[in-house]
Amino acid sequence: MSWKLDSDRPIYTQIVERLQIQIVAGEFAPGSRLKSVRDMAMEAGVNPNTMQRAFTELERLGLVTTNRSTGRQVTEETEMIQKTRNELAQTQVRDFLSRMGELGFEKKEVVSLLNAESKNAESKTIEIKEETEND
Amino acid sequence: MTNTNETVSLVRLKNLSKKYPAGPMAVNDVSLRLESGKIIGLLGPNGSGKTTLIKMLNGLLKPSSGTILIDGNRPGEVTKKIVSYLPEHTYLPENMKVKDVIEYFADFYADFKTERAYEMLSSLQIGQNSYLKTLSKGTKEKVQLILVMSRDAKLFILDEPIAGVDPAARDYIIKTILANYNENATILLSTHIITDIENILDEVVILENGKAIVHSTVEEIREQKGKSIDAYFREVFSC
Repeated sequence: MSWKLDSDRPIYTQIVERLQIQIVAGEFAPGSRLKSVRDMAMEAGVNPNTMQRAFTELERLGLVTTNRSTGRQVTEETEMIQKTRNELAQTQVRDFLSRMGELGFEKKEVVSLLNAESKNAESKTIEIKEETEND
Repeated sequence: MTNTNETVSLVRLKNLSKKYPAGPMAVNDVSLRLESGKIIGLLGPNGSGKTTLIKMLNGLLKPSSGTILIDGNRPGEVTKKIVSYLPEHTYLPENMKVKDVIEYFADFYADFKTERAYEMLSSLQIGQNSYLKTLSKGTKEKVQLILVMSRDAKLFILDEPIAGVDPAARDYIIKTILANYNENATILLSTHIITDIENILDEVVILENGKAIVHSTVEEIREQKGKSIDAYFREVFSC
């Protein structure tokens, strides 16, 4: 199966985004070895040069390191991963806030909505827990 | 990207033109440099000159004017050793078995990898004892592509490699192309089915009425136009 990629945006940036998320989410653990460019390219269904470009970008971002003897791996520096994680989260929050702004919501309203929604979600998980305990 | 002044281009076309008797200019003053290690799409609507250009690269047609150099040589005996060509139409003898054709190719081309051919045949579940005349049109096309991709050529020229096969096989063929070409080889493929293939391309050359109107990397087009190659192509040639 090839990866789902939009053809109207540069492919390498989409690969970078996807791999960033996988690294941040721990799907690729710190220090773990990555497949070869060719294998990854085959898996994604993209040109090997494009995959190479994505890896180069991830190296520049400090998330991936290349070692002559051990090959390419996810960085062992967890602070770097944490930093990326925060940056990705910030981007999401900013995008969210600007869209809420477009809907005419004040920051305060957004915060109270978020609180209400997260309580709602919590109580739902509690309900589910209780149900499973009763079973 | 690559500096064309310093690297020796694998393919150099200089002011290449082809005029058929009593016809318009099929290829009109095309100058291009194609580098090694790229997958390049040759795009253009029907009658834009794709096949004429490809036939000249393979020495099957003589240019009316201009020059072609492949790895420093004009198309001929020398270049046939390093160019693996998939023509538009199948030419394999119908009364041969699949395995006979493989032997035939192995005999003919020093760089033919028999094992690779058999591997691909079994992945696509094509029996090696089948006679070609018993195969469907699509399966014949697959056999032909397998033969072409089983060579260790420097330049692969594929004229419409995926036009006649079903979408599932198309995916496999695209993977086959990715898996079997080595990093120093270049693949030039003509197609009008852009969506399925654009993610594996490095560059595109777009022909219109025999002229090369675009030669660019695909990522540049996506970045600058904010469009897929398919959408860009449709915009350029909207009727």
